[in-house]
Amino acid sequence: MIDVVMPQMGESIVEGTLTKWLKKAGDRVERDEPLFEISTDKVDTEIPAPAAGTLAAMLVEEGKTVAINTVVARIDETGAAAAAPAPAPTAPAPAPAPPAEPVVKAEAASVTAEAVPEPEVQPAPEETAGPLSPLVRRMARENDIDLRQVRGSGAGGRITKQDLEGYLAQRAAPPPAAVATPPAAPVIPPPPLAPPPSTPLPRAEAAKVRIEPMSVMRSRIAEHMLASRRTSAHVTTMHKVDMTRVAKIRARNKADVQARYGFSLTYLPFITRAACDALRAFPLANASVEGTNIIHHNEINIGIAVALEAGLIVPVIRNADEKSVLGLQHAIADLAARARSRQLKPDEVQGGTFSITNFGSFGSVWGTPIINQPQVAILGVGAVEKAPVVIEGDAIAIRSIAMIGLTFDHRLIDGAYADRFMNKLKAALESWPEEGL
Amino acid sequence: MGYSKALELQRTLVEKRKRGLVPDQLLILEHPHTITLGRNGNLAHLLANEDILRRAGIAFFPTDRGGDITYHGPGQMVGYPILDLREWKRDVVAYVRAIEQALIETLAEFGIAAGREAGMTGVWVEGRKIAAIGVHISRWIASHGFALNVATDLRYFQYIVPCGLAKPVTSMAELGAAPGRAELIGSLARHFAELFGFEIAAPPSANEEAI
Repeated sequence: MIDVVMPQMGESIVEGTLTKWLKKAGDRVERDEPLFEISTDKVDTEIPAPAAGTLAAMLVEEGKTVAINTVVARIDETGAAAAAPAPAPTAPAPAPAPPAEPVVKAEAASVTAEAVPEPEVQPAPEETAGPLSPLVRRMARENDIDLRQVRGSGAGGRITKQDLEGYLAQRAAPPPAAVATPPAAPVIPPPPLAPPPSTPLPRAEAAKVRIEPMSVMRSRIAEHMLASRRTSAHVTTMHKVDMTRVAKIRARNKADVQARYGFSLTYLPFITRAACDALRAFPLANASVEGTNIIHHNEINIGIAVALEAGLIVPVIRNADEKSVLGLQHAIADLAARARSRQLKPDEVQGGTFSITNFGSFGSVWGTPIINQPQVAILGVGAVEKAPVVIEGDAIAIRSIAMIGLTFDHRLIDGAYADRFMNKLKAALESWPEEGL
Repeated sequence: MGYSKALELQRTLVEKRKRGLVPDQLLILEHPHTITLGRNGNLAHLLANEDILRRAGIAFFPTDRGGDITYHGPGQMVGYPILDLREWKRDVVAYVRAIEQALIETLAEFGIAAGREAGMTGVWVEGRKIAAIGVHISRWIASHGFALNVATDLRYFQYIVPCGLAKPVTSMAELGAAPGRAELIGSLARHFAELFGFEIAAPPSANEEAI
């Protein structure tokens, strides 16, 4: 297995953006065949495969920027040798080859940490040992050297620039300038073209449509949403929850929490805490479906949907049931901030067993979210609003009310179970202990 | 030269350069009205729809060079150096900076004080872009290059957000310089030769263009 790494494309360059994969996983690649493209500044570079084989792993997604020498792909060489005869009998070995002879090493020194080897392998038209670099061939041509008379000191008798310089020095009286003569640059004159037109141009009227390819995140979300719709039998049940007690506790502690911990106290950690209680009592809502099996999760890992400027992400609070309201608020604030600055680690968006989406923070009163697969339920939290309600003794009072809905997968959860789950959650929120932070 | 023909010529020369059959080249040419989109380009930066482009007589090409969207047309000098960077420096950033340097020095010869703007590749005169740069590299052979607005009809830039930057463009003509074509090509070639260590060969005959 050969690693292909992000090459260093210049002294000052520490990272590169993979802009396009030119092969798919499992594709057969030939040595030197362009494998992917990277971009630095205004330069796009094709990176060739260092060896022939099968593209076994693509480890960096399109659009991602990674540090140089990060492993980007793996090529499985097995069977490659049989399938692809070596291009030239003396071709230098690809990247992870055993150390070559000293002269080759000297060459490699100027290549710095280049990991994708620049195969200076070109079948030589001349009868010489080993392939010749364009530089050597040009030097030979320009200095009228018969390469068969030059002894190669490179790998497999390959002739290097140093060999030619040595040969020329021996041949005597060669103007040193001639050796170093840089390539000539023929300047191709442009064909005469018509001068710019003086006629008025059609105005750039507002186009009726604008076409934009989806970002990687957008197409992921699109795929995921449709797949979930196809997979689960979505049903939503809506419960009206009196949040007055929680609102009071929150109001009483808000300033203190802000001062002491540096984050704002919202309704979300109370609802998350209540959801954990309900999940413990009704664990089917914390399960997932695999074929005809039900997977019961012993951990309660709650995903919290975070809206991003263009998309959304669902970071996960692990073992959420072991956390207090303050602990949950801390985790939510931290995950949301890092989601927005794109600093979440991959394992922080995986392994969720239940999700909560708080569309109430955008003013929505109730909604029917899509289940985050392979989970079987998602809690949708509407805005907490003051409303007149009929209370005990047929009186009308002003209370803080939220519509909270559970969208569940009817393959696994029936309506009665879902509503019992919601009643548990509702009861927890409506009877919150005074000191319950 | 039409854009697709120039692209084909570049491809041929890149292949030959890879095999060491030709020395480094600097192609200098003009394109008819063309809008090209780089590999990382955002189609949202094309402000006109196909119909408007057709009526304005502008061809559209997505390409494999770096950079965003740009316009080429009559009065603009386009330079495509086909270089083996292994024989210069294996450094793509240094390469782009060197192209900028050659252009800055060329412009200075015609009395234009041009420079760089941090983080925005290209050559700028007082916040206006006078030359755009976009490069493609395959096995250290560079292709594509720069586009210098000489007497470009800048109205054509209204169809795009050049390089994805909402920055104005300018031309040598707008800045009061009216170089002769041969004079300008000579100056460009000289400065490239200095920076990249070329020798200037006699221009090949016209039919070599059809390689």
